[in-house]
Amino acid sequence: MTAQLEYPDIQDSEALLSVQGLWKVFGPKAQRIPHRPDLAALDRPELYAKTGCTAAVRDLSFDVAPGEVFVVMGLSGSGKSTLVRCLTRLIEPTAGRLTFEGEDLRAADEKRLRALRRSKFSMVFQHFGLLPHRKVIDNVSYGLEIRGESKPDRRRRAQEVIDLVGLAGNEHLYPEQLSGGMQQRVGLARALANDPDVLLFDEPFSALDPLIRREMQTEVVRLHREVGKTMVFITHDLSEALKLGDRILLMRDGAAVQLGTGDELVGAPADDYVREFVRDVPRADVLTLRWIVRDPRPDEPLDGPELAPDVLVREATRLVLESDRPVKVVDGGTLLGVIGDEEILAVVADH
Amino acid sequence: MAAITSDVEVEVRRPRRSVVLGVLLVVWVAAYFVLRGIDTLVLGGQDTTALHRWLNDHRDDVGQGNAFFDAIRFVVDQFVVLLQNVISQPSFDRPVPVIGWLGVVAIAAYCAWAFGTWKVAVLTAAGLVFVGLQGLWQESMDTLALTIAAVLLSLLVAIPLGIWAGLSNRAFRVATLVLDLMQTLPTFVYLAPLVLFFAIGPAAATIATLIYAAPPAVRLTAHAIRSVPPESVEAARSLGSTRGQTLLKVLLPMSRSTVVVGINQTIMAALSMVTVAALIDAPGLGQTVLKALQTLDVGVAFNAGLAIVVLAIVLDRVTTAAGDRPWRTASVRRKVLLGAGAVGVLVAVWFSRTYVWAAEFPSDVNIGSRIAVVASDVTAWVQDVFGGFTYGVRDVVTVGLLNPLEGLLTGSPWWLVSAVLVALGAVLGGWRGAAPAAVCCALLVATGVWHDSMVTLASTLLATVVVVAVGLALGVWAGRNRRVDGWIRPVLDAGQTMPPFVYLVPFLALFGTSRFTAIAAAVVFAVPVTTKIVADGIKAVPGATVEAANSVGSSAWQVISKVQLPVARRAITLAVNQGLIYVLSMVVVGGLVGAGALGYDVAAGFAQSELYGKGLAAGLAIVLLGVMLDRVTQAAARRTQDFQGRGDKR
Amino acid sequence: MKKLRYAGVLTAVALAVAGCGGEKVGAQPQPSAGKECGSFNLTVSPWVGYEANAAVVAYVATKDLGCKVEKKNLKEEIAWQGFSTGEVDVNLENWGHEDLKKKYIETDKVAVEAGSTGVKGVIGWYVPPWMAEKYPDITDWKNLNKYAALFKTSESGGKGQLLDGDPSYVTNDEALVKNLSLNYKVVQSGSETALIQAFRDAEKNKRPLLAYFYEPQWFFNEVKLVKVNLPAYTAGCDAVPAKVACDYPPYDLDKIVSKKFADSGSPAYDLVKNFQWTNEDQNAVARMIAVDKLTPDQAAEKWVKANESKVNAWLGK
Repeated sequence: MTAQLEYPDIQDSEALLSVQGLWKVFGPKAQRIPHRPDLAALDRPELYAKTGCTAAVRDLSFDVAPGEVFVVMGLSGSGKSTLVRCLTRLIEPTAGRLTFEGEDLRAADEKRLRALRRSKFSMVFQHFGLLPHRKVIDNVSYGLEIRGESKPDRRRRAQEVIDLVGLAGNEHLYPEQLSGGMQQRVGLARALANDPDVLLFDEPFSALDPLIRREMQTEVVRLHREVGKTMVFITHDLSEALKLGDRILLMRDGAAVQLGTGDELVGAPADDYVREFVRDVPRADVLTLRWIVRDPRPDEPLDGPELAPDVLVREATRLVLESDRPVKVVDGGTLLGVIGDEEILAVVADH
Repeated sequence: MAAITSDVEVEVRRPRRSVVLGVLLVVWVAAYFVLRGIDTLVLGGQDTTALHRWLNDHRDDVGQGNAFFDAIRFVVDQFVVLLQNVISQPSFDRPVPVIGWLGVVAIAAYCAWAFGTWKVAVLTAAGLVFVGLQGLWQESMDTLALTIAAVLLSLLVAIPLGIWAGLSNRAFRVATLVLDLMQTLPTFVYLAPLVLFFAIGPAAATIATLIYAAPPAVRLTAHAIRSVPPESVEAARSLGSTRGQTLLKVLLPMSRSTVVVGINQTIMAALSMVTVAALIDAPGLGQTVLKALQTLDVGVAFNAGLAIVVLAIVLDRVTTAAGDRPWRTASVRRKVLLGAGAVGVLVAVWFSRTYVWAAEFPSDVNIGSRIAVVASDVTAWVQDVFGGFTYGVRDVVTVGLLNPLEGLLTGSPWWLVSAVLVALGAVLGGWRGAAPAAVCCALLVATGVWHDSMVTLASTLLATVVVVAVGLALGVWAGRNRRVDGWIRPVLDAGQTMPPFVYLVPFLALFGTSRFTAIAAAVVFAVPVTTKIVADGIKAVPGATVEAANSVGSSAWQVISKVQLPVARRAITLAVNQGLIYVLSMVVVGGLVGAGALGYDVAAGFAQSELYGKGLAAGLAIVLLGVMLDRVTQAAARRTQDFQGRGDKR
Repeated sequence: MKKLRYAGVLTAVALAVAGCGGEKVGAQPQPSAGKECGSFNLTVSPWVGYEANAAVVAYVATKDLGCKVEKKNLKEEIAWQGFSTGEVDVNLENWGHEDLKKKYIETDKVAVEAGSTGVKGVIGWYVPPWMAEKYPDITDWKNLNKYAALFKTSESGGKGQLLDGDPSYVTNDEALVKNLSLNYKVVQSGSETALIQAFRDAEKNKRPLLAYFYEPQWFFNEVKLVKVNLPAYTAGCDAVPAKVACDYPPYDLDKIVSKKFADSGSPAYDLVKNFQWTNEDQNAVARMIAVDKLTPDQAAEKWVKANESKVNAWLGK
């Protein structure tokens, strides 16, 4: 059940993190499941009944490009939390290949893995995972402390990151004195302090109020723009995924359903599940013009306004409705198609 | 003729458990009447079996003179004597200890303040002064010295073991088994061997206390490590911590409050050993109690028991406050006050070294004798008023309930009783209940004290039933009513810490020497813990659930029986289990008031060298009974959960 | 708030100043020098009669000989073990225990006998005085079966009850009941306390009671129990425990000391060796401790002051 997914803009050699055929199976004699096609083909209840095993991650393959925000999305039980933990071997994968900057992660020994964790990866957790007995500044500098940096050095670096995430002035408070949002900022700061190459987020904002959640999402976007780190972001919230993600991998029951940009998921859902999933998204805010173009009819004038294919439908609505001739969608010098009132209204009015 | 075609599916349903139990009981009673008196394995009081004699012979094999034990003994002795020299006994050529009473009170109050809150500090000072006013200062300090020594040594051993069990699953399983054994094995059983290894003196007493008091600390430390939120541990790992770094920087600090609860439990356990330790010459309040009992001086015994209770309350509140402290560091104001307090303490200590009035507790004000007189008078009055009635109650219960049960157990052949117990275990708990029952019965026969075991089993079962009934009633009441809970808790705490020896004498006066007296003493001892666990369980039932039940118009009884008790099922199982263990731990004390059987055998083994082997065998029999009853009740509880979970769906 | 704080500080200072006064702690006064005594370990067995012995001996040893007496409260068996480790030097009242004597004196050679205390011990079966008055023939064992029904209790299963005491007491009661064909059951009360309480209650509420007891015992000062006579003791009749059918032998209570102590030449050893008094003496002191609630030291002081000549005899004066 390998998903045939396309990677339109990434070459293998450019990928920062590469995952191929990743499996995680829980249960007795889990290792045999990936190698037995008959067992691998069973769905969850059947597999459990037959072998007592659960496949949390089934044969997943994808690449993460440097500097990209890669979102893994799915409902509870889809295996996304397990997946993100497999990436740094917090949970040991059952089968598959994990490559990071060309290095085989599964072959790394304890020492190498620790070294990688100390300098290359960082994780932000859903329930923050802070140490209640340490002040904010000591929580943030924890990663630096365990890799042996001196106190003045790590304090200095910690202060930098604290300022970066907007916690300045709170460094001598204890976690119990902070609100949920601020605690998560501490988690964020801690993850950034190590200056990792990849930041992993496990549903970091699910435990926060909606208002704070939006604030934090904006923070992450800002940080990404400022600092430019590669991020792997886990969430079950579609709007969050669409807001933050460059590419989104939708998972179900441990397997990949569709991998693509937000507008690809909304515009060309791979199956009914995806279609159901994205049903409530305001399509006008996600879809770009390239998705709703049609070929020009023979009698249509081709001298209307031009728009780029990546313009959001929402932004183009006024122009299209106001113009009395179809709007051309031009990519580079090529005409992709035209858009008329019907096409625009079909998207805007359809909820 | 029209054929009546009917597809009648005969449903073979499993008979209900209560029906099976009833049938089992009837079969047993019938068999009893037929087979009465055969193969009952009776052993006379002074008689011994080959096993007992073998144990006697080998008792001296591991005696003193072993360098390892001598070394331990020396270190422990010196440690205890040092503590005594500091706070209780005249030392270093002075007629007073190094720190007099004023200094001790100041230091204790200061520590309570520093580790806890000022309220607890006031309580500490008040408690210690009260004990002094009772005229028991020196004895209390002796007890405190011994307790501190035992607790520190216990923690030294227990916390590393607890950490190990917390980190390793296999260690955890092994530890649980060993700890269960240590806590159910009656102290009397290992008291005499300890004296053999470590000679008479504070060392043996401290180590006896250690064996009893260390298990709670091990258990709670392991539990604490396992309860650290997994995300914090994951966070530490994901940042690249080694195992050692995770342990030191994350697991240990975050398990602090639960570990403190373990320390609290260890202290309570150590204090409850005070009187038993006195039997091997441990100094302190235990001696006062025992001496008073020789002359049936209930008043003096009560006075000393009260001092033990006060010490227990003080230590309990201080350690609880220490565990509840928030993480944030103290404010500047508090630091300044603490500094000033430290100076005050030093001044007080200097006073207590220089002036007699601050060194020896002034004996002019002695409320102890007043307390003793009042206690004696109250006891005498109760005996006078209720004497006739209580003998009647005893006779009715003994003749009506205890004797039939005991007769059934002791009169039936051993193989019949074993078969019944195994069948009972199977019905109640499946193979998980049957297997332990079978193994324990076999081992019980091997110990050679089968008959006495059956006598003790009868008393234990009766006592446990009463304990559970009273515990449920009181626990549900306290769980549902905050005010009741507020005043009942101190009473229960006192009941648990007051040495059972103290209320033995009044009970003897009320009920004479009999098995009923032993049962009554066991009930008084075990009800507090059962009540507390049930009350906690009832309080933990989500308020929303209770509200929902009330809002559809349920009566109080319906809410209790249909909502609160079922939801609190796990707590109730634990309460039954703990009630059972506490009842069993009173078996030996019961032997001192006429229960005979295993309790008496153990005490006799301690006192007479020819009966040493039998005493050891009897102690093991007590443990076996405990294991069997514990495993069967737990299996039964698990079964109920499974059934309720799956329902009757087919 | 400031005022309160000042008041608090002032009070503290005032208390401190007030405290600076009064007797100072002095050094331990050295005891009067006699022949160099040192210290010795005295075991104290858990009955009041023994406490009386210990009180008087310790008092004299401390006051007149300048010894340091370390008292240890131990059960008899444990105390005997102490001879070999040096934990115990002196046992002032030993009731028979031929087996222990054989082990520690003859085999292990860590202890020696130190003579009789002068106190005669009697173990036997007793009834409360009201029963002896009402049924005068109950003091003869042959009539016990006649009265068996009287002594029935909830613990004796249809037979008469014979109540025994502390498990450390030497007892032949089960064999006696069997060999004398008595319709009785031995019920273990478990402790001396229980036994005394039973007798107290029996006399007060006129309940029947037949129990193991012994003289000297302070309780006789309170209630004069009456002995039931079993077949008289003859030498060797209790050689085989299972076949015993006679009364308990009279005990000449003696003293046991550790060999080390005996060889030490300490004046305390001479005191212990010479220590002797009568049942009445012991009962008098025991009464002061148990009934009058004096401390052992106070009781000892009183008795010593009234019996100077006896004490001088022990001290060889």
